[in-house]
Amino acid sequence: MNNIIDLYGFWPLILKGMTVTIAVAVLSLFIALFLGILTALAKLSDNKLLQFIAGVYTTLIRGIPELVMMTLIFFGGQVMINNIGEKFGWEYIDVKPFAAGVITIGFIYGAYMGETFRGAIMAVSKGEIEAGHAYGMTPFQVFTRITLPAMVRHALPGFGNNWLVLVKATALVSVIGLHDMVYSAGLAGGSTRQPFTFYFVVALLYLVITAVSNVGLKWLDKRYSAGIKY
Amino acid sequence: MDFSPIIENLPLYFKGLWLTIELLVLSIIFGFVLALPVALAAVCNIGWLRGLAKGFIYVWRGTPLIIQMFMIYHGMAQFDFVRDSFLWAFFREAYWCALFAFALNTAAYTAEMLRGAIEQTSRGEIEAGKAAGMSTFTLYSRIILPSAFRRAIPAYGNEVIFMLHGTALAGVITLIDLFGAAKIVNSKHFIPFESFIAAGMFYLVLTFAVVWLFKKLEGHWLKHLKH
Repeated sequence: MNNIIDLYGFWPLILKGMTVTIAVAVLSLFIALFLGILTALAKLSDNKLLQFIAGVYTTLIRGIPELVMMTLIFFGGQVMINNIGEKFGWEYIDVKPFAAGVITIGFIYGAYMGETFRGAIMAVSKGEIEAGHAYGMTPFQVFTRITLPAMVRHALPGFGNNWLVLVKATALVSVIGLHDMVYSAGLAGGSTRQPFTFYFVVALLYLVITAVSNVGLKWLDKRYSAGIKY
Repeated sequence: MDFSPIIENLPLYFKGLWLTIELLVLSIIFGFVLALPVALAAVCNIGWLRGLAKGFIYVWRGTPLIIQMFMIYHGMAQFDFVRDSFLWAFFREAYWCALFAFALNTAAYTAEMLRGAIEQTSRGEIEAGKAAGMSTFTLYSRIILPSAFRRAIPAYGNEVIFMLHGTALAGVITLIDLFGAAKIVNSKHFIPFESFIAAGMFYLVLTFAVVWLFKKLEGHWLKHLKH
């Protein structure tokens, strides 16, 4: 029984994997937020070319599985970069699974964030934006001082959903060899011959991350809805 | 860039495509059949049954599909009672494990969607049914479920696309679906970019097909909502 509670001494490995999972999730979230804003702005702009690029980006992401995208960037990106590098006489570049995982997940959820932000920006009342322009603010000032703060409230529900799906998507990085929770569970499960136990523990840890996220999201929602009466 | 090995291996890709479609269709069917009773349990007024259904939905939607699949494919061998029983013939096969994991996963998402759609039924319709003397069964089969199914169609289309993408995990546990085929081509010729982009294009076409299909379904079943 004691063996189960201290997981045959594998807790440190699993928890170390958990920090990798969380690091991948948080870093890719930043990339996703950045790409999401750019995508939303491109889709809402009057520039046909930008609209087209953003459209192709979201369509590709929606049409290709995350796993295929990840192996494409990890294995394919490695070959591509080194093919280019060969022409310029660079040294061999080794794409790390961590970087490939973060970039892929950030790239994928940037498209979903883009859709969320597009809706949120459209929900900001036109009058506020016009008022900003009337004050002589530059378009950049209008965006950072008016549109961005006002859209957060509208974007939060979609953002929360995207984040929860993103966290689960990080489990895929184990496939490209990153030592996250799932990978650690595989190692521990293999050496103790108790794979179910370890995958079960990791599943519970994912539920813990989800539950903690929900508390945080509730708090954010309350904060950004201050002063709003329904 | 060299796409000639891809052309050479097109039969393998088509074999993979077929398995992907097969896994998708079967898991969607099994998942839906399972989702309906779960959704009904989640809206019923028997406390423990409702709790059980909601618990299943919460746990399955809150954990990654890949872990659910590993728990079944790698995990079941841990239990002697599984290994020593007729169940082993089932859990030994990657195919059945993948299908089982996919069906349970999509069942949870579909049940949650149906639950939402059932709860959105307008009070007036239900009252009208009761006033006409319908039993609970008749009420559900004639009023609540038909309108809930219609309402759920757009969201269900998204779920089918998510499931299509989820089936790529089958390639991780040795099955030769589209992703598995790409892995084989890559390991034979070491052309990761070409082999995975080819699989990606197949998935893209499949996604468009699902989107098109659901547009048709919406056009038919949600015609009354068109302006």
